[in-house]
Amino acid sequence: MPDLSKRLLHSHEGKLLLVVLALVIFLSLATKSFLSLQNMIDLLTSYSFSGMLAAGLLVVLISGGIDISFTASASVAQYVAMTIANQYHIGWIEVILICAVVGIACGLINAVLIGTLGLSSIIVTIATLNVFFGLLMFVTHGNEIFALPDWFVNGANWVVYTDKQGNPYIFNLQMIGLIAAFVLTALLLTRTNIGRQIYALGSNKDAAQRVGIKVFRLNLLVYGYMGFVAGMASLVQAQDAQSVSPNALVGRELDVLAAVVLGGASLTGGVGTVFGTILGVMLLAFLQNGLLLLGVQSYWSECFTGAVILIAVSALALERQRQRAGVRRVMA
Amino acid sequence: MPDFINLARISKHFGGVTALADVDLTISAGEVHCLAGENGSGKSTLIKIISGVQPPDSGGEIVIDGQRYTHLTPAESTRIGVQVIYQDLSLFPDLTVAENIAFAQHLRGLRGAGKQRLRAKAEAVIARLGVSLDLDALVGELSIAQRQLVAICRALAAEARLVIMDEPTASLTRTEVDTLLDITRELKRRGIAVVFVSHRLDEVMEIAERVTVLRDGRKLGTWDAKDMTPRRLGTLMTGHEFDYKVVVPDLSAAPVMLSVRGLSRRGDFEDINFDIRQGEILGVIGLLGSGRTELALSLFGMRPPDRGQIRLDGAPVSLTSNRAAIDHGIAYVSEDRLSLGLVLEQPIASNIVLSTLDKLTGAAGLLSGDRTRSAVWQGIEQLGIKVSDPENPVRTLSGGNQQRVVIAKWLATQPRVLILDSPTVGVDINAKDGIYAIVKRLAAEGMAVMMISDEIPEVLYHAHRILVMQGGRVKGEFHPAQLSETSLREAIDA
Amino acid sequence: MVTYTAPPARAAAARLWKPGPVLLRLTVLFLLLMFLFGVLLGHRLFNGAAIRSMAFQLPELAIFSLAMMVPLLSGGLDLSIIATANLSALAAAFVFTHFGVSGSDASVLLWHIAALVAAFGVAAMVGLLNGTVIAYLGVSPILATLGTMTMVKGIAVGLTHGGVIAGFPPFMVFIGNGSILGVPVVLLVFAVIAIPMGVLLTRTPFGQRVTMLGSNLQAVRYSGIDTRRVLVRVYLLSALLSAVAGLLMMARFNSANAAYGESYLLITILAAVLGGIDPAGGFGKVSGLVMSLIVLQLVSTAANLLNVSQFLSLALWGAILLGVAGIGRVWAWARLFLPARKPS
Repeated sequence: MPDLSKRLLHSHEGKLLLVVLALVIFLSLATKSFLSLQNMIDLLTSYSFSGMLAAGLLVVLISGGIDISFTASASVAQYVAMTIANQYHIGWIEVILICAVVGIACGLINAVLIGTLGLSSIIVTIATLNVFFGLLMFVTHGNEIFALPDWFVNGANWVVYTDKQGNPYIFNLQMIGLIAAFVLTALLLTRTNIGRQIYALGSNKDAAQRVGIKVFRLNLLVYGYMGFVAGMASLVQAQDAQSVSPNALVGRELDVLAAVVLGGASLTGGVGTVFGTILGVMLLAFLQNGLLLLGVQSYWSECFTGAVILIAVSALALERQRQRAGVRRVMA
Repeated sequence: MPDFINLARISKHFGGVTALADVDLTISAGEVHCLAGENGSGKSTLIKIISGVQPPDSGGEIVIDGQRYTHLTPAESTRIGVQVIYQDLSLFPDLTVAENIAFAQHLRGLRGAGKQRLRAKAEAVIARLGVSLDLDALVGELSIAQRQLVAICRALAAEARLVIMDEPTASLTRTEVDTLLDITRELKRRGIAVVFVSHRLDEVMEIAERVTVLRDGRKLGTWDAKDMTPRRLGTLMTGHEFDYKVVVPDLSAAPVMLSVRGLSRRGDFEDINFDIRQGEILGVIGLLGSGRTELALSLFGMRPPDRGQIRLDGAPVSLTSNRAAIDHGIAYVSEDRLSLGLVLEQPIASNIVLSTLDKLTGAAGLLSGDRTRSAVWQGIEQLGIKVSDPENPVRTLSGGNQQRVVIAKWLATQPRVLILDSPTVGVDINAKDGIYAIVKRLAAEGMAVMMISDEIPEVLYHAHRILVMQGGRVKGEFHPAQLSETSLREAIDA
Repeated sequence: MVTYTAPPARAAAARLWKPGPVLLRLTVLFLLLMFLFGVLLGHRLFNGAAIRSMAFQLPELAIFSLAMMVPLLSGGLDLSIIATANLSALAAAFVFTHFGVSGSDASVLLWHIAALVAAFGVAAMVGLLNGTVIAYLGVSPILATLGTMTMVKGIAVGLTHGGVIAGFPPFMVFIGNGSILGVPVVLLVFAVIAIPMGVLLTRTPFGQRVTMLGSNLQAVRYSGIDTRRVLVRVYLLSALLSAVAGLLMMARFNSANAAYGESYLLITILAAVLGGIDPAGGFGKVSGLVMSLIVLQLVSTAANLLNVSQFLSLALWGAILLGVAGIGRVWAWARLFLPARKPS
């Protein structure tokens, strides 16, 4: 056990955990409402979309790739699903299926293009971001969908607890989505052979091919999974927003990337954990929420977020430099 | 011993180019076999055919366990028990030792293999080899030698019956090579055949039973390893006799160009003293980890020493950056030509002028086309680089010509001291001669040359004086005329 | 010993006249598109108004693309270009609106200079921050500039509360919307920047070092070049170019805001890659970039004239990049089956 805690402290996740804990302690002392149940529920709900996407993007980053197009995939998925839901009498299962199919299709297109064009994944997905988003805006003329089916607007809420003042505390669709995305991703990465193959692919692509990993097939799965998660996240977001706007999501892709990277995933592949990603999302969420509760004008929140990202990636890089110097000493 | 694999009449053509012509090869079970040849001799094509990466042309056959194949697929080859350990080792640096060794467990089925089973499997393999490795360490944190052990364990875990190792000793220290030899003996004891692929005769020859030599895609023959000498192998691989003589000019009257006194850097080297006279070639021989490269980097300003003094032409100098070293007239040809010496994808011309760009500007700080071109052609002619167009990427040149480009780049800085770190690594034997001739010519023109190497003949026949380095210290100074190859080897290994 | 076919001078001269494969491919694409749109649109495309409107739209994206190109050449990336441009423009706008630009000609000139100094000063600080974090701390460019992008935009939003600063002296309006001899001033500004940039990147020691280290940083370092200083200059240059683009945007809209032009960010990467700039670093020319921008602008103008949504041209831009890469793959694959050309 002491061994485990020591390892945790030396890992990126351990240090990040300390930072997050320090932030939580500070904010709960400095503000009344930060640690309240209602605030936590609000946070979970409003960060469900980026949190889910972070889980999907984590898988792509571990495999050594990157996806920029997922916000466009999500926009397409929710628009298609809600348009159909408004036209025909369909229910939750159908809507979920449609979002899944659209998201996965977008992901597979990415994987096929990356596998065949000889362009890096960042370039391909920047291009497909524009294609998906441009076509969506072209077809929809940028019109929002305000009227959603009643069953969808009402969503899935369970009142789990009512306090003395009669305020209900609810467990909602957004939380289910968020938890499901993290659990599913954790299972995929740590409990399956596919997960190990994804780490192996990101760690050394040539070696992965040599030991017999089918790289193209694995990439289909990785980007398909990212698309699937984007589809699910889009549904959760549409339910929360109570409307669908084709240009509401595009532009948020780099925020999600920032959260995953803060969580310790490496852009060169092979490194990253679900726990770290959760901490990365939490850090950004608590920071933005905390600034608001502390009474800092919301205009300044982005500036603080940027500073935290810059400090965090610099600290990570310095740590790596020190480690490399350490290895050199050992070898000498 | 029974035969493990029998290749007969194997040929391979790529377009009009013959990579292999009518090669026969037999490897017995439990045999240690050395496959020798220059770059382009066909040895890597042969390995690819055995491992199933490429099919041979029709007409040949491969017999394993009495079964005949016209060609193998990678899956078949693995099933039969062929495992190739490439020079880059093909490991996963971000996975643990156990996961790397038993990775095959992760290839079948959806459910994870389970940490315990994986560890048990890896542990069993490690125990069989009698080595010690931390199962939970990340491979990226291991030394090169330990990584090689992991690669060997992985081959063993895949039930290998034939392990092919591509240049396995290239980046190992002497003790690590000894460990590798012990492990090879252990593999042999278990009836596993080992093929070492090499372009030079090295330590692995000590335990090899037979040597097969390839040249220009043809097999010259297979010999008993104990009948083979380095010189004979060199002659066989290249088709040329090389008869070097020790020639040492009298330099006692020449002024001292570089003088090093009490130079130390913690963890790298300790109390180094030597002089190099104008026109002298000082050979520095030592194995990996002897401090030879670290010393060179300190003289080149990239690893400032902790103590000691460096004098150039009698004047003490402080070298805090490689720019400072270059300005003082010191040039350094790195041992890692491919990643530190050259920008492979970029034009030959750009590489030649890289260190002297500031001298080639004309009006308004722009590069002068005429001066750049004449600098490029001066380098090309001075060093006899064979190029059709200096705008072609350096990658398109042969190893020997690439090294000439590196030297041309440094000559453009007009150095007084030229440090060459393993100048003929990856250069064919024929082309090595050209490099030696250049080095001797430069010395004769008055340059002070320091030639670092781990190949005995290189310093013995081409240096005027030899320093032996070991464990960060100078262990002795020799004059080539007083030495034989054997006595120098003993001095290094002692 | 030396076996070369052409004497040096002739070989170089021959190269000068031979367009690279990228330029050739883009020219073919351009002609094909001209033909296609010519048939579809006829004189509507080939009239002064359409061409002038293209010439007004192109320069912003073009200068942003130059700002992205320099880090791409060095093997990096600069995600903070748009944020830097907006903060620089806001700095200039602040000078213009807070210190009033009236009075004598001399003081008007002085305030213009002050505004420029403010804009470029702000940009230089961002560039130096990027360069230092990337070169000295070893942070990967994408992450470092992602951080500065967020922070710089955050500062702009924080200072302006997301609002617009508007109302500039007539000279700025002229820069943004005026013409000299029928040529839009913005296009002249672009030309005045693009040509020296082309020279800087191919004909100076700095440009050589940037492309060389884009292919192999360590080898350049071992050649006695302070690669960290070169990298800092790369990001400094990128930020200064961004400031120019920001000032142009400000002049054209006659206003400045923290969030102008954000959709340009990823498009610049797309344009650069289409223009033959290797996202892995080391290769690319300004001429290729300009040609690619012309192709993209042509598509966008044609879409406009055909009365289809601007967003369709966004989709087409992405599709063109993928298509060109696809054709390149098919071509490389087909060449395996064609008889090899004799080496000339």
